[in-house]
Amino acid sequence: MVGDDPHGWWACLEGVPDPEIPVISIVELGVVRDIRQGEHGIDVDLSPTYTGCPAMDMMAEDVQKSLAEKTGQQVQVHLLIDPPWTTDWLSESTKDKLRAYGIAPPVGSTSDKRELFGPPAQVSCPKCQSAQTERVSAFGSTACKSLYRCLDCQEPFDYFKCH
Amino acid sequence: MTFQMKWDTCDDLTNYVLQLGDDALVLGHRLSEWCGHGPILEQDIALSNISLDLIGLARQYYQYAAELIGDDMTEDHIAYLRDVGDFHNHSMMEQPNGHWGDTLVRQCLYDVFHQDYLTALTRSSDQRLAAIAVKALKEVNYHVQFSSEWLIRLGDGTQESHDKVQNSLQGLMTYSAEFFQASKADAWALKQGVGPDVAALKPGWDSRMDALISQATLSRPAADAAIWQGKEGSHSEFLALLLSEMQSLPRSYPDATW
Repeated sequence: MVGDDPHGWWACLEGVPDPEIPVISIVELGVVRDIRQGEHGIDVDLSPTYTGCPAMDMMAEDVQKSLAEKTGQQVQVHLLIDPPWTTDWLSESTKDKLRAYGIAPPVGSTSDKRELFGPPAQVSCPKCQSAQTERVSAFGSTACKSLYRCLDCQEPFDYFKCH
Repeated sequence: MTFQMKWDTCDDLTNYVLQLGDDALVLGHRLSEWCGHGPILEQDIALSNISLDLIGLARQYYQYAAELIGDDMTEDHIAYLRDVGDFHNHSMMEQPNGHWGDTLVRQCLYDVFHQDYLTALTRSSDQRLAAIAVKALKEVNYHVQFSSEWLIRLGDGTQESHDKVQNSLQGLMTYSAEFFQASKADAWALKQGVGPDVAALKPGWDSRMDALISQATLSRPAADAAIWQGKEGSHSEFLALLLSEMQSLPRSYPDATW
């Protein structure tokens, strides 16, 4: 999508960071689904990560502001839940950025149902790469993360849940 | 804001969507009362996360209902300006949090039902509801895991935790009968292929709960018979108290903006 970007809209939103994880953009997060010219300006489709994610309103505002500033047009943001957002939309390079920031990226794919119903995935420590880790809590500092601890370097860390 | 909304003036689909949204909002609000009071930080965060998921889900349903009603209706009107009799949530949702065991037993009984309900709702003839169910199910899967683990941990824990949750189960199980009793809105939804047959969900729920309860070394209370009518708008005294707190700001300052 970004490769064919005659108006520079996608590139513009690549400059909008995730409010909670500023090392990745909202495009890398997979939240931006479509940008198109509408009758009354530019229409943008966003796919919320979690239904109650409090950062969504901020993302929508940031999208509106940065595209309006760039183009001088009105910008309408639409929140679409179908198809539902999934961590399968995170690219390998995005996962590397998460790891470098200290967040373990999602392990596996959501098409593997064991991720949802089975025991927690084997998550490696983003700091020392040890596979000896344990889950402290399924729920972390934001809806998309759970809390882990490394048994080797002893550091606690966030795991970006496979979703 | 001169706004009056009466349940009987909405069409059937809207009533059904509101019933679904009311469960999510009332339970979501109840869980939010734990914020800052959890036994340890991680568990406090967990309940706040589940609360956020449910309030996010309520918004999905209410936004849809607001579109169906049309005019200037908004999700906030629906949440903040309806009276107690206009809410059609299951009576279990409004029961007070009690202690940690009470909250987790209530959560487990509902989560297991909610998961099966949403699974069935993904096949709704209403595309919007089917999409909401697909989205919500991904989140509710985590809720089930969390509350089931706690039921087992408390039941199979110390003598004191065991006795406490056995008591919670005794009190809360009576509200579960309402899950499987079709309200007017449920009956309409079933006929239209919009919603599931709630009575048909009972055997699955029974066997999943029996397995969990026995793993938790608890015993299932015999009496399931009390009939609650929350889905028809008749509530225990607790919902009015919950609403008076939740709605106080928008009712006192109707034009306040964030």
